[in-house]
Amino acid sequence: MRIRFEKRPDPSRTMLFLTPVLAVVLTMLIGIVLFQALGYDGLKTVEAIFFTPVLAAYKWQDVATKAAPLIIIALGLSLGNQAKVWNIGAEGQYVAGALGGAYVAYLTPGVTGSWVILAMIVAGAICGMAWAAVPAFLKTRYNVNEVLSSLMLVYVALQLMSFMITGPLKDPNGNNFPQTAPFTEAQLMPHVLPGTFIPPGLIVAFVMMLVFWLVVSKSVYGFDVKVIGAAPSAARYGGFNAARTIWTTLLISGGMAGLAGILEASSQSGQINLGFASNYGFTAIIVSFLGRLHPVGVFVAGIVLAITSVGGQVAQTAVHVPSAAGGLSQALMLFLILAGDVLVRHRIRIVSSQANLAAGERL
Amino acid sequence: MTLDLIISAIVTIIGISTPILLAATGELVVEKSGVLNLGIEGMMLIGAVTGFAVTFATFNPWFGILAAAAAGAAAAMIFGFLVLSLGSNQVATGLALAIFGIALSTLIGAGFVGMIVPPFTSVFPAVLAKDPILRVIFGHSPLVYLALIIIALVGWFLKHSRAGLVLRAVGENDLSAHSIGYSVIGIRYAAVAFGGALAGIAGCYFSLVITPMWAEQMTAGRGWIALALVVFAGWKAKRLVVGAYFFGMLMTIELYAKATGFAFLPSQFWAAMPYLMTVIVLAVISARDRTGSEAPACLGKPFMPSS
Repeated sequence: MRIRFEKRPDPSRTMLFLTPVLAVVLTMLIGIVLFQALGYDGLKTVEAIFFTPVLAAYKWQDVATKAAPLIIIALGLSLGNQAKVWNIGAEGQYVAGALGGAYVAYLTPGVTGSWVILAMIVAGAICGMAWAAVPAFLKTRYNVNEVLSSLMLVYVALQLMSFMITGPLKDPNGNNFPQTAPFTEAQLMPHVLPGTFIPPGLIVAFVMMLVFWLVVSKSVYGFDVKVIGAAPSAARYGGFNAARTIWTTLLISGGMAGLAGILEASSQSGQINLGFASNYGFTAIIVSFLGRLHPVGVFVAGIVLAITSVGGQVAQTAVHVPSAAGGLSQALMLFLILAGDVLVRHRIRIVSSQANLAAGERL
Repeated sequence: MTLDLIISAIVTIIGISTPILLAATGELVVEKSGVLNLGIEGMMLIGAVTGFAVTFATFNPWFGILAAAAAGAAAAMIFGFLVLSLGSNQVATGLALAIFGIALSTLIGAGFVGMIVPPFTSVFPAVLAKDPILRVIFGHSPLVYLALIIIALVGWFLKHSRAGLVLRAVGENDLSAHSIGYSVIGIRYAAVAFGGALAGIAGCYFSLVITPMWAEQMTAGRGWIALALVVFAGWKAKRLVVGAYFFGMLMTIELYAKATGFAFLPSQFWAAMPYLMTVIVLAVISARDRTGSEAPACLGKPFMPSS
């Protein structure tokens, strides 16, 4: 008796939908055991991480606020991932975008008018794109692995941020704290839409989800991206332009990460300080995979990941588990969704040793 | 006075370089076999907390090192199983391992915050280890010498041993290696486990040598520098040593810039240098050899012989 994986002729659509759900459920079950083994109350910890943020209405705003950047970044990453262009540096593009926007804010201290915030947002998206243009250039010109180059640039961006907020952009009235001056009224967006718990970023995320859905499913460009990802050599013979796809997917994902960065800065933190970079760029990679690279899936997955982030904080106060418990759940989810991929591509056969022998003879 | 300063600078550089050299040596073997494991930071932290916990319990740092190596290898096996047996995406799985290790070590370590452990004793007599000049050679932690021995052995193994040749063959052309009859998956499992063990030891260097205590995320991103170092060195063992000390020098200048406020350029510039230089080196080596660069040809590609 042994287990064998048989390749399916076509990826299973049932499994494509079922595996993310299974991954979340299994994460809870493994979480209970794991947290118990680490000396905490497993059941209560998992309840705090996965259920309290959903059931307690006062946590919804936290969840929505954390989901917005995750979804916006992951939408862009999913497009690249479909073309097998791996942008691992969204965290750096997120920071670069926020810095670009903050620079516009720095130039417009006393200016009023709604164009100020618009200029900040445009600057944010452009700076995110610029940061992603480096791996795109290196990949298309010198065939440099974009995984490594984009990842390295994250740490360059983090140092650039630290330099900017302790140097050129430092708040002159900030008691020497490493932070930019607080944004003025014209440079700020509201935390949430008046009378709701929905932050402006989530509206952007929702609109972007629709845009990406249209692009991926209806446009020629979306088709190109999928073909290049699924069969690169066939695409080359078919006249598809791989270099153009590398450039566009990296610029789009970089621009989205930059957009998320400046939205976060202008609607939530209201300035940039040392704690600004909060791993949204890395967590969004999990979101992209959990959402199966599909815009609607990404939207749902972004909310799930935001729930576990908020849940980590709930667990800290309610069960006295370090908030890293949320991060552990996210890592488990990603492990399981990646393991689940094998079910999408393969059928599991339990074969008796006799059949195994026969199969061996055939070889 | 000046000599004293130079010697203490050298001692600092060697100390600060050792964990990245250890972790990068492990990653070199992993990448030579054709696997890209981005999870070094996570494995290091798991090693750091395990090494600390076991030393705390046994009062013997050598047991701590062994445990750290075992824990790093065990964490690497999660990655190995997903990537090698289930054929999952290496980039995403490696990142998951990094996030997993960071979170798990924080949870395990929560009970150890504020505790201290006995430090390593020097393997050399105090006459040599404490001598103001000779300490540049004899005054380091035993782990420093261990790291140098390991990188020498790994360099020899990769270049001159038969098993090393097979390992490189698996990384350069998995299909050919498979058709000759080598177990591609088996060899990659071994490489991934070895990489995890060295990352684990590298991690416990932080919790047993640099500061004999545990703090959350105490490896402070050095796992990513180790990853950069392998690329910076062009996947060559000798250059790994040179690169490690070069990066160590940059990190020492960064510390100095932070302490004094200024060292020609702001500290952030020095902190960003290893990453910037890695990107530049990556571009240069790729441009020089357009056909395939110096990276192992199968780096990051899944191998599924049955499909």
